[in-house]
Amino acid sequence: MTKQPENTAEGQGWLNALFRSRETSLVLLIAVLTAVTTTLNPRFLSPQSLKDLMLNVSIIALLVLGQTVIILMRQIDLSISSIVGITAFLSGTLFINHPGISGYVVIAIAVLTGLLLGAVNAALIAWGKIPALITTLGTLYIFRGANYAWVHGRQVNAVNVPGSFLAIGTSTVAGVPILTWIVLILLILFSIGLRQYRAGREYYAIGSNPNAAVLAGINVSRRIAIGFIISGAIAGLAGALWLARFGTVDATAAEGIELTVITSTVVGGVAITGGVGTVVGAVLGALLLSVFSSTLVFLRVPSFWQQAFQGAMLLVAIAADAYLAYRHALRSRVKWSHV
Amino acid sequence: MRSPTIELVDIYKSFGSTRVLEGVSLPLFPGEVHSLLGENGAGKSTLVKIMAGLHLADKGAMRFGGKEMLFRSTAQAQHAGVSVIYQEPTLFRDLSIAENVFMHRQPKTAYGWIDYAEMNRTVSQHLSQLGVSLQPEDPVLGLSIADQQIVEIIKALTFEAKVLIMDEPTAALSLEEVKRLFQVVERLRSKGVAIMFVSHRLEEVFAISQRITVMRDGRVIGSGPVEKWTTEEVIRKMVGRSLDALYPKEKVEPGKVVLRVRSLRRAGVFKEISFEVRQGEIVGLAGLVGAGRSEVARAIFGIDPLDSGEVLIGDTTLSNHAPQAAMAAGIGFVPEDRQQQGLVMEMTVMRNATLTILRQLKRLGLVSKEKERQIATRWTQRMQLKGHIEEPVNILSGGNQQKVVLAKWLATEPKLLIVDEPTRGVDVGAKSEVHRTLSQLAKDGMAIIMISSDLPEVIGMADRILVMHEGKLTAELSRAEATEEAIMFAATGQVGPRPDQKSKATPNGKS
Repeated sequence: MTKQPENTAEGQGWLNALFRSRETSLVLLIAVLTAVTTTLNPRFLSPQSLKDLMLNVSIIALLVLGQTVIILMRQIDLSISSIVGITAFLSGTLFINHPGISGYVVIAIAVLTGLLLGAVNAALIAWGKIPALITTLGTLYIFRGANYAWVHGRQVNAVNVPGSFLAIGTSTVAGVPILTWIVLILLILFSIGLRQYRAGREYYAIGSNPNAAVLAGINVSRRIAIGFIISGAIAGLAGALWLARFGTVDATAAEGIELTVITSTVVGGVAITGGVGTVVGAVLGALLLSVFSSTLVFLRVPSFWQQAFQGAMLLVAIAADAYLAYRHALRSRVKWSHV
Repeated sequence: MRSPTIELVDIYKSFGSTRVLEGVSLPLFPGEVHSLLGENGAGKSTLVKIMAGLHLADKGAMRFGGKEMLFRSTAQAQHAGVSVIYQEPTLFRDLSIAENVFMHRQPKTAYGWIDYAEMNRTVSQHLSQLGVSLQPEDPVLGLSIADQQIVEIIKALTFEAKVLIMDEPTAALSLEEVKRLFQVVERLRSKGVAIMFVSHRLEEVFAISQRITVMRDGRVIGSGPVEKWTTEEVIRKMVGRSLDALYPKEKVEPGKVVLRVRSLRRAGVFKEISFEVRQGEIVGLAGLVGAGRSEVARAIFGIDPLDSGEVLIGDTTLSNHAPQAAMAAGIGFVPEDRQQQGLVMEMTVMRNATLTILRQLKRLGLVSKEKERQIATRWTQRMQLKGHIEEPVNILSGGNQQKVVLAKWLATEPKLLIVDEPTRGVDVGAKSEVHRTLSQLAKDGMAIIMISSDLPEVIGMADRILVMHEGKLTAELSRAEATEEAIMFAATGQVGPRPDQKSKATPNGKS
């Protein structure tokens, strides 16, 4: 055998150094983007536009938390937008039908509803062994269809929602909207959960090598089921917060955001093939996409370009991951050259 | 005598109607390396999986810690102190070495968080004890197979394994790496661990074992301390079955050279492969599983890339390296896995048989059903296929499916036919029909390369036998020289003159 290349981590050039930590490169990109836009239009960093930015990104970032858990396991959850739609309208209806109901109770019911809908996905995927892509594509339509039937052209308006609840989406504490605080706290909890607990590491293990996960004694089906239940519950919470943020909800609420969420997660460094990524990175991915679309607005770029740019960013992120995987593959192959 | 750490008693196991293990008993003693040897399909891997808790034996028991039991899950085996290292390490490539070692049982701090510091410290200790220059935080992605096995061994060590089973751990290692692995094994042995070592490499087996057991066809054929064995004796026991008269290859005077390959190389898979095949010749390609036989065939046909080397059909070099080019040049390839690669199971026999020549069936751009039927009928009749050509393939028996695959390639009227394990999983009757067909094709002037793990089949059918070992050709045997011992010698990488050269007078290999 040829001599093994010594410690291969060295001397891989600036590109690898840049990508070694996805979080670092995301922060850098966001900083550069903000700097450039601010130079061109100083209003970009005004308190109002910063607040808008935070509000815009918060609900996506929240959903990204649940989606990260799912994608880490090499699964996918497309149904989240429909769960948000149902629970947003449900929250509004609760305020209309039960005047004086506590906002906490409404949030609790929304979360519980999301959890139950997530459990439907969980049962079909973990025990029915139907691929997640198919299952959640199906429930995406089923949940949305049920929502249309139930809403039946009605609409919840801001006047129906108590001001104290709407304050979640408007008031700030220390300059940061309450909505954003909620997401930040959950981000910290998820980050600790995925890093510091055995259960959290199991999500990584399952996505990295499902067979090895079985051999390590992990109950893979149960872990996958819990993942989809968490994703559903998060979507339920996002539904209640959607109402607080926008005040107005009809049957089309949140339609299509599942793709933005998945794009953010992948841009944020959670590998679509599982096993790699962090919630912090994923939320930074959401922030990057959000800053990017604000930039385009501030620079008066036509809105249809925004979607194209979003797609381009997804492809760049996936290409970067593929490039790194390729480098690794090359390296392992060199080590095999003894035959 | 000391009592064994674990003892298998009269283990039986069947998969469907196939009996894999028939009354296997095997003790593993503390501080002893016990090697398990046998041909492909002798039942070694199944035995390993039963001890690992992946399979449940149909009958029999394991005596372990004063109890008779069978492991019902991998977790149960691990907790009992039985660790298994598979040929292909089963690791989480995205996670660190330390996390791989401790997955699902990480040490915790007082707050219930994972104690990464403790985890890394423990793994770091083991790494330096084993003399490996890796860091516990290093990701597994990018580690060599040897280093991945070190990770598996550390996993076993942290389980405080009393029994360590290694299923062909050296198959993918270089000499240096094997040496290091053996030092580790030696250290474990001195600590009193009972080790089972499954390997095809005889010199390694003799170097490391204290006890050897040979299996054949699901039974233990011989077992005893290493001093009582010789290499020849092991090989004789591994192969020793009678060669029956199933194989009717007729003598054909070889014609022009059809295929010539020169120094084929694919990094990490095979190298220095040169040989030629003539008209009317059947060349057998023998070797153990993983020796690279199928890979060479796939590369010749253009499915897998070549790093260097030349493939010539007649006098023309096959420059465009793709299956289409190989087919156009006159190569047919019948792959090993009929279901996945050879047949579209839901389509009819007729459709399958003409898939390779759709272009010839075109009339006004559409497939002509008459021509399709005509050609399918011609070849399936010649193959003596049972069943109607308008029936779907998946209702046919294994033997008949194999005939459809053959018919499909014969329809292209190839000059060279490569068949990979043509009779695996088919019954004896169908087997001899496949053999008769191959023989007839050779007689008609076709050149054939036959890859087979079935030694009597290779010996009976091939005019010449090429033997591969770990990606290289280690022997070329003429029909007269071909015995099971000679093939096994070359297939297990034994080089130089064999001490039992004269024993080839007993072609059935019985000792």
